[in-house]
Amino acid sequence: MSLLAQGVLAAENPVADFGNDNGWVVFGKALFIFVFLVLLTLLTIWGERRVVARMQSRPGPNRVGPFGLIQGLADGVKLALKEDVIPKAVDKLVFVLAPIISAITCFVAFSVIPFGPAARIPFTDIVTPLQLTDLPVAVLFVLAVAAVGVYGIVLAGWSSGSTYPLLGGLRSSAQVISYEIAMGLALISVFLYAGSMSTSSIVAAQEHGVVREIFGLDLTMPAWFAVQLPVAFVIYVIAMVGETNRAPFDLPEAEGELVGGFHTEYSSLKFALFFLAEYINMITVSAIATTLFLGGWRAPWPLSAIGGGMLNEGWWPMLWFIGKLLGFIFFFIWLRGTLPRLRYDQFMRFGWKVLIPVALVWIVAVACWRAANSATIAADGTTRIVLIAVGIALLFAIFGALITGIDRADRRDAARHETPPDEVDPFAGGFPVPPLPGQRLIRSNGIGNGRDDDARRPALAAAGEADEEVHGG
Amino acid sequence: MSGGEAALFWVVAPLMVLGGIGLLFAKKAVHAALCMALIMVCLGITYFAQQAPFLGGVQIFVYTGAVMMLFLFVLMLVGVDSSDSLIETIKGQRVAAALLGLGLVIVLAAALAGVRFGQPAGLDTVNAEGNIGALAGGIFGTYVFAFEVTGALLITAALGAMILAHRERLVPKPTQRELAERRIREGAVKAPLPAPGVFARHNAVDTPALLPDGTPSELSVSRVLTARGQMRPTSERAGEVSTVLAEMQDPFDLTPDESAGKAEDR
Repeated sequence: MSLLAQGVLAAENPVADFGNDNGWVVFGKALFIFVFLVLLTLLTIWGERRVVARMQSRPGPNRVGPFGLIQGLADGVKLALKEDVIPKAVDKLVFVLAPIISAITCFVAFSVIPFGPAARIPFTDIVTPLQLTDLPVAVLFVLAVAAVGVYGIVLAGWSSGSTYPLLGGLRSSAQVISYEIAMGLALISVFLYAGSMSTSSIVAAQEHGVVREIFGLDLTMPAWFAVQLPVAFVIYVIAMVGETNRAPFDLPEAEGELVGGFHTEYSSLKFALFFLAEYINMITVSAIATTLFLGGWRAPWPLSAIGGGMLNEGWWPMLWFIGKLLGFIFFFIWLRGTLPRLRYDQFMRFGWKVLIPVALVWIVAVACWRAANSATIAADGTTRIVLIAVGIALLFAIFGALITGIDRADRRDAARHETPPDEVDPFAGGFPVPPLPGQRLIRSNGIGNGRDDDARRPALAAAGEADEEVHGG
Repeated sequence: MSGGEAALFWVVAPLMVLGGIGLLFAKKAVHAALCMALIMVCLGITYFAQQAPFLGGVQIFVYTGAVMMLFLFVLMLVGVDSSDSLIETIKGQRVAAALLGLGLVIVLAAALAGVRFGQPAGLDTVNAEGNIGALAGGIFGTYVFAFEVTGALLITAALGAMILAHRERLVPKPTQRELAERRIREGAVKAPLPAPGVFARHNAVDTPALLPDGTPSELSVSRVLTARGQMRPTSERAGEVSTVLAEMQDPFDLTPDESAGKAEDR
């Protein structure tokens, strides 16, 4: 208990000070977040279509507005003007409620994301953090809101009263819940290092590089948690793609299997709300990744040194934040343009049998390392060495397990692709089978399954005789 | 209660009461589950308002996001329109339940009547190390034994459920390749089944495909539709075939009244 109470959790409360905010400032910030998210969604849709098109050597939308920029808006207007069909078999109340839940929750999650430090609002004297609000449990709050957002998907699937949406809804929610566990576990090591779940404190914790004594050398570790906690970062990035139902994990919308998934029966504005929610969720998880792992609004290293940290003050940080955010969104699009969709069972196995165990072991390893470097234990040499040894052993366990797993999968693949025999009788099983590349055709005339020596003549020679039969007869 | 907290309470509390009433009177199980989820979210909000942010977050994350979602999952898998069966499966179940419920009420009333509250410590004292730090101290310090025992109990329950639901496999699971080979060797139809509506005049899923000789193929319609009796009868399709044949012989429909007789004449 003393370990938990001293030092580690002392700074759990938010660093940002919201004391100067009056009602108008809060309202203005909320409005800004709304407008920002809607505009960024339109831009993301345009960017996704253009970038994927570029990756597939085609132009993409380029007619409406300069570079096709207004294409998203045009599509949105068209969608809104479509007829809103409510099928007869639906449970009407829940059917209408589902897209509303989805859309509301995705906006709410963004209220705790810091866009920058305290800055003066232009033309006024009010200095306020560029963040709507912050909580001691801000990241937990985001996870909680995301959990409520899943209800939108599940209820949409159920209330449609049709098979494909039900299956899509089940798949989708199973996927989001499974990957939310891995995501939450990946975040815990960040909480351990930052000593807080408040977003502004986590950004503050990534301010300075940490000087660590490793084997007698003083090394300055970079401050970004992506560098300090690489395993957690990788798990988070994979889980965030899974949690937002994006390619290569877009199984709920697998067109060939489930039509549109949970939103098959939706049209017009209700469908637009789901579409909006999906893109805003993508932006939200990117913003969380930026805040928790890439230093949030802080300028990247060479820039942060300019003018004594001038670029980390005022309105500049917003630029870095949005830049990092767009980087993650580009990563999402890149994935979609590159990777094929996973099979559902492979996807679930990966989540439960790889990501979650690795995340659990990683947490224990980080906790050991953290405890070994805490003030109370650092003085006691033996305990410290034991803790460090346990931590390093666990790290090796992670990599060892991964390497054995990959090795075993390779061997299984090799066993599956055993080399086919040189000769094949196309009629051995009673029906014609084409040869594999490099295989020689033989004909057994139905005797002894091609094992009779007399019958093992090359097919071409046999074909020469057969020719006569076919043409002559 | 400050002004804001009071306002929040008067918004959230009636919602919770409504949710509770809805839970009791909802006809569909999913609606009842939704009312329950509403209560849980509102409860989480009141925790936030009472300056227990961690408890509020966990309440929504764990109860609404995980526990209630599992309930909803099961309800969805059971079926959209299924309602609870009201038949008593165990004899005297209702009387026993009523008696036990009454007993619980009496025990609770007796226990709650004897509760004496000491002087409240106040939020500032409790949260001196921060709300979450204090909570962590309680869970992993003062009450660590109770916490671990509860954890062990839950793990035992999960393991028990897994053992009860586990089924030992007697023969190795057939691989995809083995299944494909068996289908070719033993299956009645080697090629993919004909798609519904092929060659027919409608391409709806309930319309059997017409084979090249004009006979409808029952194979082309999903087994489920046939079992539910939702397939258009093949005889109806067969009648259509003769209509089409007649039309092909007399494409311009020159003699509508006697077309059938004319065709025979030729």
